[in-house]
Amino acid sequence: MIKPLLKGLGLTLRTFFTRPVTMQYPEEKMVMYPRFRGLHELTRDKEGKIICVACELCAAVCPANCIRVEPAEGPTHQRFPKVYEIDLLRCIFCGFCQEACPYEAIILRENYETANYTRKDLLYDRDKLFHAYQK
Amino acid sequence: MLAFVLIAIVKVLVVFTAMLLIVAYMTLMERKVLGHMQVRFGPNRTGPFGLLQPIADGIKLFFKEDIIVPHANRLIYILAPSVMVITALVSFAVIPFGDSVTILGHKVDMVVADVNVGLLYLMAISSLGVYGLVMGGWASNNKYSLLGAIRSSAQMISYELSLGLSIIGVLMITGSLSTVKIVGAQSQVWFVVYQPLGFLIFLISAVAECSRTPFDLTECENELVAGYQTEYSSMKFALYYLAEYAHILVISSLAVTLFFGGWQGPFLPPLVWFLIKVFIFIFFFIWIRATFPRFRYDQLMKFGWKVLFPLSLLNIMITGIVMSVIG
Repeated sequence: MIKPLLKGLGLTLRTFFTRPVTMQYPEEKMVMYPRFRGLHELTRDKEGKIICVACELCAAVCPANCIRVEPAEGPTHQRFPKVYEIDLLRCIFCGFCQEACPYEAIILRENYETANYTRKDLLYDRDKLFHAYQK
Repeated sequence: MLAFVLIAIVKVLVVFTAMLLIVAYMTLMERKVLGHMQVRFGPNRTGPFGLLQPIADGIKLFFKEDIIVPHANRLIYILAPSVMVITALVSFAVIPFGDSVTILGHKVDMVVADVNVGLLYLMAISSLGVYGLVMGGWASNNKYSLLGAIRSSAQMISYELSLGLSIIGVLMITGSLSTVKIVGAQSQVWFVVYQPLGFLIFLISAVAECSRTPFDLTECENELVAGYQTEYSSMKFALYYLAEYAHILVISSLAVTLFFGGWQGPFLPPLVWFLIKVFIFIFFFIWIRATFPRFRYDQLMKFGWKVLFPLSLLNIMITGIVMSVIG
């Protein structure tokens, strides 16, 4: 009867001397796995230009209907998105847009810190998505 | 005469402040130690290592709304927490925490009051603590409070018996109720060597006396919301907690005084030795809380009356036999 009690005490004492597993969040942050689906980024090509050709496949496939794309024609007759909006409050981060994209122009990356104060702040437009991962 | 009064007042004030300070930081220590035993940090945001946490908690509790429930018996409701706190703080008076020192020609004992019936006084005062609990539970006019109060009074009275009887062995050896004499008698060998069974019984009943975790049926959340303190808020709630921690402090110091040679120890000053020993006991209390689950009420009663009570009687008998055989 006494032995299991002592065993329990031993266990807690051993745990007392181990390092806590808690992550001190604002100071240290979790490193996400490569396939983590966080905030979207509109990728760029070698010249630093937006890859997206505004084919609207992402908007079509989006189950939450949170992507709005308006295509436009550039100076060399190429298509580019005049408007590219993602409503992060509606987005379910399923990654279908990334899957549907023929040019890998939109990818979901590691940033999970998208909290904000107003609904308007969470309506990410083209430039915000384009610079989402640039310091 | 004047010097005597002055010395007494200064001693009371110093001990009182030190106790409140230790009690405040015991809450932090408890949260830290519990946290580390559960593989987390515990409070570490307020100040370095969370050292300002007790102060923050105190300020928060001061500014909380002080609710007196409408059907409460106001006088008793207000009186109850103070009864708890006063009995818990006052019982420290007979605990010696150092050797006597000579200051400006006056011999100053490092104990608030060297009463020749010190232990009896301590037992009597700590029994009074139950009143604060029962009054609080009754005056709140709430079934959970009342049930908690009834439970805890039953528990405390049952375990006080074995607590009192476990001490008798020590009294038989020293032949004195004065705590100063008991400490003095341990200058060669600590009484824990002579009284291992007595110490074990004392330890278990002490945990039950403080209603700490394996025996915390008084505030067992999943049955009684919070027991006798369900209806208390703000500083009254804080007073109950202060009393609880002060009680742990007193019981730990009592254990050190009775079984571990009090303030005696080599090299370091007596006060330091006393604090080290007391804090080891406080750590033990927290350690137990982190380890063991709560007893069931019938188990608690059975354990108290059918195991601890006969064992403490047996301890007295063995002590008596051994003493009469040896001389």
